[in-house]
Amino acid sequence: MLLIHCPYCQEERPELEFRNMGEAHIERPKNIADISDEAFEAFFFIRSNPKGVTHERWRHVHGCARFFNAVRDTVSDRFVATYKSGEPRLEVERGEDGELLVKGARS
Amino acid sequence: MSGANRIKGRGRLTPAKTVRFTFDGKALTALEGDTLAAALIANGIHLTGRSYKYHRPRGMLSAGPEEPNALIDIGRDAARRTPNVRASVQEVFDGMQARSQNRWPSLAFDVGAINNLASPLFAAGFYYKTFMWPKAAWKHLYEPIVRAAAGLGVSPKEADPDHYANHFVHCDVLVIGGGAAGLSAALAAAHAGASVILCDEQPETGGAFHHDADAKIDGVSGWDWAQAATAELRSMANVRVLTRTTAFGYQAQNHVALVERVTEHLANPDPALPRERLWQVRARQVVIATGAIERHMVFANNDRPGILLASAARTFLNHFGVAVGAKVGVYTACDSAWATAFDLKQAGVSVPAIVDVRPDLDPALLARAKELGIEVLAGQCVLDTSGTLRVKSMKVGRASGGSTRSIAIDALIMSAGWTPSVHMYSQSRGKVVWDEDSKRFLPGKHVQDCVSVGACNGVDDLADALEGAAEAGLAAAKAAGASGTKAWGAPGSAISASWAGSMMGAAGGAGAETSVKAFVDFQNDVTAKDIRLAVREGMHSIEHVKRFTTNGMATDQGKTSNIHGLAIAAETLGKPLPQVGLTTFRAPYTPVTFGAIVNHARGSLFDPTRRTPMHGWEEAHGAVFEDVGQWKRAWYYPRPGEDMHQAVNRECRTVREVAGLFDASTLGKIEVVGPDAAAFLNLLYTNSWDKLEPGRCKYGIMLREDGFIYDDGVVGRMAEDRFHVTTTTGGAPRVLSHMEDYLQTEFPHLKVWLTSTSEQWAVIAVQGPKAREIIAPLVEGIDLSNEAMPHMSVREGRICGVPTRLFRMSFTGEAGYEVNVPADHGDAVWKALWAQAEPLGACAYGTETMHVLRAEKGYIIVGQDTDGTVTPDDAGLNWAVAKKKPDFVGIRGMKRPDLVAPGRKQLVGLLTRDPSVVLEEGAQIVANPNQPVPMTMIGHVTSSYWTENCGRSIAMALVADGRALKGKTLYVPMPDRTIEVEVTDTVFIDKEGVRLHG
Amino acid sequence: MANTAHAHRIHPLEGRIAGSAGVRITPAAPAARVSLRAGPSDVKALSKALGLDLPLAPKTTSGALPGRLAAWLGPDEWLIIDEGGDPLADLGKAKVLHSAVDVSHRNTAILLSGAGARATLEAGCPQNLTDAVFPVGAASRTVLGKIEVVIIRTGDEDYRVECWRSFSTYAFELLSVGARDCLA
Repeated sequence: MLLIHCPYCQEERPELEFRNMGEAHIERPKNIADISDEAFEAFFFIRSNPKGVTHERWRHVHGCARFFNAVRDTVSDRFVATYKSGEPRLEVERGEDGELLVKGARS
Repeated sequence: MSGANRIKGRGRLTPAKTVRFTFDGKALTALEGDTLAAALIANGIHLTGRSYKYHRPRGMLSAGPEEPNALIDIGRDAARRTPNVRASVQEVFDGMQARSQNRWPSLAFDVGAINNLASPLFAAGFYYKTFMWPKAAWKHLYEPIVRAAAGLGVSPKEADPDHYANHFVHCDVLVIGGGAAGLSAALAAAHAGASVILCDEQPETGGAFHHDADAKIDGVSGWDWAQAATAELRSMANVRVLTRTTAFGYQAQNHVALVERVTEHLANPDPALPRERLWQVRARQVVIATGAIERHMVFANNDRPGILLASAARTFLNHFGVAVGAKVGVYTACDSAWATAFDLKQAGVSVPAIVDVRPDLDPALLARAKELGIEVLAGQCVLDTSGTLRVKSMKVGRASGGSTRSIAIDALIMSAGWTPSVHMYSQSRGKVVWDEDSKRFLPGKHVQDCVSVGACNGVDDLADALEGAAEAGLAAAKAAGASGTKAWGAPGSAISASWAGSMMGAAGGAGAETSVKAFVDFQNDVTAKDIRLAVREGMHSIEHVKRFTTNGMATDQGKTSNIHGLAIAAETLGKPLPQVGLTTFRAPYTPVTFGAIVNHARGSLFDPTRRTPMHGWEEAHGAVFEDVGQWKRAWYYPRPGEDMHQAVNRECRTVREVAGLFDASTLGKIEVVGPDAAAFLNLLYTNSWDKLEPGRCKYGIMLREDGFIYDDGVVGRMAEDRFHVTTTTGGAPRVLSHMEDYLQTEFPHLKVWLTSTSEQWAVIAVQGPKAREIIAPLVEGIDLSNEAMPHMSVREGRICGVPTRLFRMSFTGEAGYEVNVPADHGDAVWKALWAQAEPLGACAYGTETMHVLRAEKGYIIVGQDTDGTVTPDDAGLNWAVAKKKPDFVGIRGMKRPDLVAPGRKQLVGLLTRDPSVVLEEGAQIVANPNQPVPMTMIGHVTSSYWTENCGRSIAMALVADGRALKGKTLYVPMPDRTIEVEVTDTVFIDKEGVRLHG
Repeated sequence: MANTAHAHRIHPLEGRIAGSAGVRITPAAPAARVSLRAGPSDVKALSKALGLDLPLAPKTTSGALPGRLAAWLGPDEWLIIDEGGDPLADLGKAKVLHSAVDVSHRNTAILLSGAGARATLEAGCPQNLTDAVFPVGAASRTVLGKIEVVIIRTGDEDYRVECWRSFSTYAFELLSVGARDCLA
């Protein structure tokens, strides 16, 4: 069972309190009724499913109930960082030791 | 007497404390604290089972968890029986019934042993090669035979009468292993103020001191030091010591699963105690102190009963006071077997010879052997053994050839050196690295917050192990944030037996191209030859070799065999061993019972059972319940003599003629509050909510973004800024999550909040012509007249003196109400309503009648008449989709080309030509029943009932272009006949809907 | 208009009692409960209406029972529990933007008391409940076995477990089973 840091509760909590809610930073078009079939396909059906760094949504459903975003390495299954929904996409980089870190966090 | 091989004055058990047990029905005596292995050997029994593939006679190999052979069925009674228990781990208790396995009709004479003679047939990869063809034979011939012959042990058929506990625990430092290193680390961490859990799989701590009686720490025996250290740990409030507790799974972020065997060793366990405890530990730091496991020598016929690991023989002698034989041969490549030989000789056991493959030996060992009068054969090998049910002799000579000699023995102890137990480290995702100097795999970089200490980390010297572990324990405590100041110093002096010397792979005598059986993996009957064959057949990766030969794949997970198998594969490949690589260690470290894993989640705690506030009344009035998700819902209320059909017919008739009471409490309810509540609902539902006045309600449809129906329900507007939303029973949690998702992430600018009120309200539907007559006497403050409170309206007032949200709505097509009251009042209000209803001739009705009544009216049930691929238009619900809204969830999805193309399945009614025939739900529909099979299926039946009110069967179905087929005849082919149906609309009763307003 | 029956409140766990040498498990007294939702700028006015300071830090409470208690459940969400008064009516006096929903009957509560109370919860709760991170006054929504609960630590050895009413029999049974081994 993973521990996941909830950016609202400000601490690590057991995975059983959370639900994964799919890929993050896919914004619903404001003019959704008017978009093309191709644009709808891209928005609704296409997901990146990467090996390595993934940005995904989680919900602390059995905790504070908030949705938030996370950066996770799908190879090591490690969370690099979590942040509140609405905040900009967090960019990460892989250090020389192979570990992922938030860009600019290494000093 | 607790066995003829018990040696007076030896061992740590109390001779006076005897217990009785049976083995294959034979009554035997043991000492309290004996493992079954020790007790059997004390009674002269080495033969304990037959091997898996060849059914060869086998005995104890080890005295620990690595045991591959001695798997025993242990029982207290019929229901309390566990197969495949390692005799080397199970403690004997008074009254224990032990049975050997994998033999028929008896252990000494086993018919399956024919496999041994036919063994050329059972070479590596046998299963892959043999059961390939013909394909059909697999299911009907091979699989039943393999299943009957395979598998170790038989599980009991009775329900498990015991209970198992679960504990989630959190600590600063978890120490895995209670040997010298683990105890040292735990003491250092505990004295530094950390909260510590120390676990060890054995009944007592002490690790290698079980066998190494020569070890001394600060002048006392290693064993005594370990017991004192453990007593000190137990006395500390911040320490939990768990013995008989195996760490079997090392998961992410220092989540380590331990299983504690609580009562397995007790003759009369307190029934209040759990049989086992699962400890789910979350540790800030983990210290791995799992020691090392001795390897056997790989040579011809090295599997006869009586041939066992040297350290095991030393444990039997020094801990249990049991000699493994009267004439014990020694075959070794490691110094530690010499210590066993010396101990045995000093205990009065004959040791005819020590055969050591190494030509150059430590002069001190040679001197000691000479002093004790033990012959040493340096640079020689055991080439073969004899003896069917027990080893009788060993053939000794040089691997290079020359003269050989047979030495009579009744036991043979062996050691090929020690394999560090890197299982926990490896499970933590650390990669092992090859240490060329010591020729072994050791932990490399630790990737979790853990550290390996002692023998599992390649530290052979006791003093070094104690000191290193103490440093690691202190460091772990500090890293975990412990701020204690008391320092604990590791003991100043420590000495132990030498563990120097090792060999991997086949020893001389297990010749490369001979047909001898030199076993690498005892449990899976994998020989050195099998591994060579696997490599020759193209298995060049160790993972392939493992799966082809099954080396290391059984319940012992290759604890003794992995390194030997790897070395033989490497030799055959002509590659250095580290280049071939080690297979991955996976959880569980040793087998874990389902009881421990399931623990509390059985019986009524397997899954929550949810009951409504009126459940008790329903039960008392004879309701039959159906499971709807986790809910128990009243299904129908049979009267004496009625079957389900008769009860439902009566209920259906009564509701339309008089009235009925229905428990609708399980419906999901969500309170939507805020100035943007209507704007939010506009986005989540297809309908428009702007013009709905407070006090009115409306049927709403919710789509997913892909345009398919997700849920439906009636929504009441309680105030400008407050809606009472209802959802389907099963949809309640996901609808709230769906709404929260959009609110939090797509429409966060809206000022609105969502609160689940599903369980705040008990809901009593009162439906039928006399509904108003029933509720009127109990309601206060609400004008119930048609004019003041028409169909689809909601009012707040009081009923039976308690607050109510009273909905005038209907899922039956009759005039009716849904009485919402705070749940704790539900039972009383239901009873009061029943007191009004019963004298009028009304009935209580269940979900089956509800289903029939709604189907008579063509009202859909989401999830029954829809399946996640049905649009509002498919369901004939286009009227509920607002045409002028600029946006709602699903607005774009439902316009996708395939969702507006002709030929989609549409919801229609079906009437069978023969009104007495009731269609099967799910049955397929075709246009032409005479077409060849496979037919073109144009739809399927979604709902189908007998309805007493119509005097015939009715059905709903999804049919391609169904609405255009009204009046046409279609066919429902069934296995025994083809049923003719006419396509109709979906409303079968009161097509004008006048009854709603009555 | 005959008021023929006057409904009285029936607790879903009425009459139950359980426990072991280490813990006593009892249904809590009936209470009024409000699910309160509001933005940060309106907390002050709502606190005034309620007569207690709504807690702003995660996993904390203010007030105490018997009386009135407010538990932080999320950044804009509180659970108000009151064993005598009418918090819904009090909140009605606050004229700031908020959502107050009566959940008095949605939830019920189970009280745990004794040296083994924490271990009883740990039979089914994966959250870290040790003193350092879950002191007296802490409260958290979390899971207990297969259900969602709110755990409030009301004393050194005292906990209140709030759950939805239809899950209360499951919660009570799981805690009763956990109690058997709470002194392990």
